[in-house]
Amino acid sequence: MTFENSILTLLTWLPTLGAAILLLTPKGSVNAIRWMSLAITLVVFVLSLVLWQSFDASNPGFQFVVNMPWIGDSIGYRVGVDGISVLFVVLTALLMPAVVLASWDVDTRVKEYMIVFLVLETLMIGVFTTLDLAMFYVFFEGTLLPMFLIIGIWGGAQRIQAAYKFFFYTFVGSVLMLLAMMAMYWDAGTTDIIRLLGHEFPVGMQTWLWLAFFASLAVKMPMWPFHRWLPEAHVQAPTAGSVILAAILLKLGGYGFLRFSLPMFPEASAQFANFVFLLSVAAIILTSLVALVQTDIKKLIAYSSVAHMGFVTMGIFAGNALGVQGAMFQMISHGIVSGALFLCVGVIYDRMHTREISAYGGLVERMPQYAFAFMVFTMANVGLPGTSGFVGEFLTMIGVFQVNTWVAFGAAFGVIFSAGYALWLYRRVIFGALTKDSLKGILDLNLREKLVLYPLIVLTVVFGFYPAPILDTTAAAVDNLVAQYATANGLDPAVAQADARAPLEYVAPVEGAAQPADDHAAEPAAH
Amino acid sequence: MNSDVTDFASLAPAYPEMLMAVGILVLLLVGVVINKERSALVSWLSVGLLVATGLLVILQPVDGVVFNGLFVADSFARYMKVLVIGGAGLALILAMSNAEENGVHKFEYSVLALLATLGMMVMVSANDLMSLYVGLELQSLSLYVMAAIKRDDTRASEAGLKYFVLGALSSGLLLYGASLIYGFTGHTNLNEIVVAIANGGRSIGLIFGVVFLLAGVAFKISAVPFHMWTPDVYEGAPTPVTAFFATAPKVAAMTLMVRLVMDTFAPITQDWQQIVIFLSIASMVLAAFAAIGQQSIKRLIAYSSIGHVGFALVGLSSGTQVGVEGVAIYMAIYIAMTVGLFACVLSLRTDTGYVETIDELAGAAQTRPFVAAIMAILMFSLIGLPPLAGFFAKWHVFLAAIEANLYVLSVIGVLASAISAFYYLRVVKVMFFDAPIKQFAAVPGELNIIMGVSGFLVVTYYFTVGSPLASMAHTAAGSLF
Repeated sequence: MTFENSILTLLTWLPTLGAAILLLTPKGSVNAIRWMSLAITLVVFVLSLVLWQSFDASNPGFQFVVNMPWIGDSIGYRVGVDGISVLFVVLTALLMPAVVLASWDVDTRVKEYMIVFLVLETLMIGVFTTLDLAMFYVFFEGTLLPMFLIIGIWGGAQRIQAAYKFFFYTFVGSVLMLLAMMAMYWDAGTTDIIRLLGHEFPVGMQTWLWLAFFASLAVKMPMWPFHRWLPEAHVQAPTAGSVILAAILLKLGGYGFLRFSLPMFPEASAQFANFVFLLSVAAIILTSLVALVQTDIKKLIAYSSVAHMGFVTMGIFAGNALGVQGAMFQMISHGIVSGALFLCVGVIYDRMHTREISAYGGLVERMPQYAFAFMVFTMANVGLPGTSGFVGEFLTMIGVFQVNTWVAFGAAFGVIFSAGYALWLYRRVIFGALTKDSLKGILDLNLREKLVLYPLIVLTVVFGFYPAPILDTTAAAVDNLVAQYATANGLDPAVAQADARAPLEYVAPVEGAAQPADDHAAEPAAH
Repeated sequence: MNSDVTDFASLAPAYPEMLMAVGILVLLLVGVVINKERSALVSWLSVGLLVATGLLVILQPVDGVVFNGLFVADSFARYMKVLVIGGAGLALILAMSNAEENGVHKFEYSVLALLATLGMMVMVSANDLMSLYVGLELQSLSLYVMAAIKRDDTRASEAGLKYFVLGALSSGLLLYGASLIYGFTGHTNLNEIVVAIANGGRSIGLIFGVVFLLAGVAFKISAVPFHMWTPDVYEGAPTPVTAFFATAPKVAAMTLMVRLVMDTFAPITQDWQQIVIFLSIASMVLAAFAAIGQQSIKRLIAYSSIGHVGFALVGLSSGTQVGVEGVAIYMAIYIAMTVGLFACVLSLRTDTGYVETIDELAGAAQTRPFVAAIMAILMFSLIGLPPLAGFFAKWHVFLAAIEANLYVLSVIGVLASAISAFYYLRVVKVMFFDAPIKQFAAVPGELNIIMGVSGFLVVTYYFTVGSPLASMAHTAAGSLF
C-alpha cells in the first residue's frame, strides 16, 4: 500500500464507504447526513487535487497503475489514469460538493438521496479510473441505476416517463457495446485497456466494433438524433441530478470515444469521421435552433448541451491534436459551465417552483448577485472570449478546419445561434421590468448558493484566460493518441501532432509545425 | 455385468445421497411419531440434514463412477449439488414463517422437499438413462404433491394437477427419446452412448431420440416452447412452494441438460446446438414480451425465470468449456437472486394476506424500506445491470457465445434483456415512485437475514464471491472436458 497504488482505489471507493456509513446513520438526523455527505465529497475533492498535483503531465502513458487478475480469466482489477482521464476525475470530484450543497434544501428521503449520489460518484470516478474493459462497462452502465432513481424519486411531475426514457435509450445502446467488448476480449485475449491500446484489431472487425461502441456512446453523449431522452431527463431531474447529468454523465460518451473508438479502431474512426461530422454539425445547428424556441429554462440549457457536445464529437474525430485537445477542453469547460447553469436555474426554481421563462423577468432588480453569476455562465455558454467556453470551441474549430473546412463553417453557425438563444434567455429572465407580483419578494443568493457558484465563476474566468493547466495536463496523452491514430491511417504523425502544446506557452513551435498541416488539409478541401 | 461394489467404502462417491436417503427415512419416522403441533421441528431437522449433506459434498470430495456406471461423481456434479442443496435448504427456511397460512406446516412438506432434493442429486449425478429417469421421476413426483399440498385450496390443487398432467407428458417424451437412443446406439450408459455415436455416426433415429430427450428436459427447465405450465403452477402453488420450484429443480434439470449435450451428444454438436439455440432465443424473447403484461408478481417471476433459463442456455449453446462455466456461474447467481426475491415477496404481507399483484406493492419503499431496497436491487440485478451480480452472470454466458461466433444469438439475447428491463423496472417504479396504499405486517427475522445476505452478495459480487465462484465454476466445467 503506497500512495502510487492506493490513491485511485481510495478515490473511487471512498464515496461508497461514505454511503455505507450513511446507511447506518439514523434516518432522522438529516443535518448530520448532509454534513457527512459534504465532508466526504470534500475529502474526495482534496484527494483528487492531490492526484492531479502528483500526476506527471509529461508522461503520455498511464500512471498510478494497479493491475491484477480478478474474476476468472476475463475481468481484472485494473486502475490507472492518463492525461485524458485525470481531469475528469477532478471535475467529478469538484462538482460533487457543489451538488451536495445545492441539495441542502431537499427534505424528502434525504438519507437515500445522499446515498444514491455518493454511489453515483463512485461509479463516475470508476469509469475514468478503471483500465479494465469489462469494469469500464460496469461503471459506465452502473450510472444508470442511481440516475434512474434520482429522476424517478426526486424528479418533477413527468418524472416516470423521463426516467424510463433515460434508462431505455442508454441501456439498449450499451448492450451492443457490451458484445463488442466481448469480441475485443476474444480477439486480443485480454480486457486490459493498456494492452488493448497496443492491439491492432483487423480492419473488417473494427467497423463493427466501432458501430457497436457508437451505438452506446452516441446515445450517452448525446449526439443528434439520439438525444431525445436528454431534454426530458434534464427537465424532470432535480437540480443536482441535472448538474451531474450535464456535467459528467454526458462526458462519459466523449471519454469513451477518446479511450476506445479513436485509438483502438483508428481505421474505422477515419472511415466514419465524415458521418460523425455530419451528425455533429446537424446537432450544432439544429439543436441550437430548437433551443431558441424553448419556453422552459432547463430544456433550453439541455438543448444547448447537445449543441455543445456536437463541438466535442467534431473535435474528437478531427483526429488531430488541436481538435482532440479542444474537445477535452470543451468537455471540462462544459462540465463547469453547464453544471453551473443548472445550479443557477435551481436557485430560482427553489424560490419560485417554476422553470417557465415567462414566469420571470427583471430579476436583476432584486437579485443583482445572481444576475452577475448567471451572466458569467451565460457568456461562457455563448463562448465569449475570456471565458472557458471560448477556448474549447475555438480549438475544436481550428482542429476540424484542418480536416474539413465545410464542417468548421457549419459549426461556426452554432456559435452565432448560441449567442442568440443564450442572450435572449438572459434578457427575458434577468432584464426588463420587474412587473410580476410573485417576484417582488424574491431574495438574492444566500451564503450557501454563493459558496457553490462563486468558485465556479472563478474557474470559468481563469480557464478562459489561462487554459494551460488543462491543456498541459492533456497534451502528452493527446499527442500520443493522435500519433497512434495518424500512424494507423498512414498519415504523418507529426502533422496530426501539430499544435499539441498549449498555445499560450508554445507559440513559436506551433507556427512552424502548423504549416504542413494546412497543406495537408487543403487537399481534401480542394475537390 | 459384474458388480463393482467390493466394500462399503467403494461407494464413497454416493455417500451424500445415501446419507440423504437414510436421513429422509428417519425424518419420516420422526414426523409420524411427534405431535402435529411440533412439525416445525421436522423442518429444522430437514434443513440440518441438508446442511450435513452439503458439508459432506464439499468436504469429502470423491470422484468416481459407481453402481455399474449408473452414478457419477465429478466436480461438476458436486458444484451443482451444492447449488441444489443450498437452494432447497433456503427454500425450506423461507417456508417456515406463516407456514400454516401457506399450508406447508405439515411435516410431509419437508420430507417431500427432501425427497425431491434427493431426486435432483441423482439427476445431477446420473450417468445412465436409467438413473437419469429415476432421479427425474423421484423429483417430479415429489414436486407434484408439493404443488397441491394446500389441498383445500382450489388454485393449489389445480396447479398440482396441471403440473402432473404436463409433467407426465414430458416424462413420456423423455422416455420415448431414451428408448430411441437405446435402440439406435444399443446402450443406456451415457459414456458408452458417446462411444457408440462417435463410432457409428449420426442416424435419423438417433436425432429423433435426442430431440425427444431434450424436449423432456426442456420441460423441466421450462424453456420455451415447453414453458406453458410455469406461470400457472407458479401462481397457483403456495408461495414457499413456488420458491422451491424456482430454485433447486431448475439447477438439477439444467445440469442434466449440460451433461447430456456436452458429454453424451458431444459427437453431434451441430445437431443439438440448433435445438439449444432455438430454446434459448425462444425463451428469452417470449419471456421478455410476455412478462410485460403481467399483473401478478408470481406470474412475473415465472416469466422472469423462463427468460433466465434462456440466458443460461446462451452459454450452453456455445458448446465450449467457457460456456459451461458460464452456465454454472449463471445458475449460482440465479439461485441467490431468486431466493432473495421470494424472501421479499414473502415478507410483504398485508392484513388480507400475501401481496399478489404488483400494484399492491405501491409505496413499499416508504412503508418497508429495507424490503423494497433489497427487492429493487434484485430487480436491477435480474435486468443484468452492472455492478450487480446479474450482470456478471450475463457477462460469462455471452462471453462464451461471442467466442463461439454466435453473434445473432448474442444480439437477440442482449436486446431481449433490454426489453425485459421494462417489466423489472415496473416493480421498482411501483415501489419507489408511487405513493403507499397499504400497510405491511412485520417481517419475520429469518426472511430479513436471507434478504440481507442475498442483497449483500448481489451488490458486492465483484469483491466477494465473484472470484472464488469463477474459479470453482472453472474446475467444475473442466471435469466435463
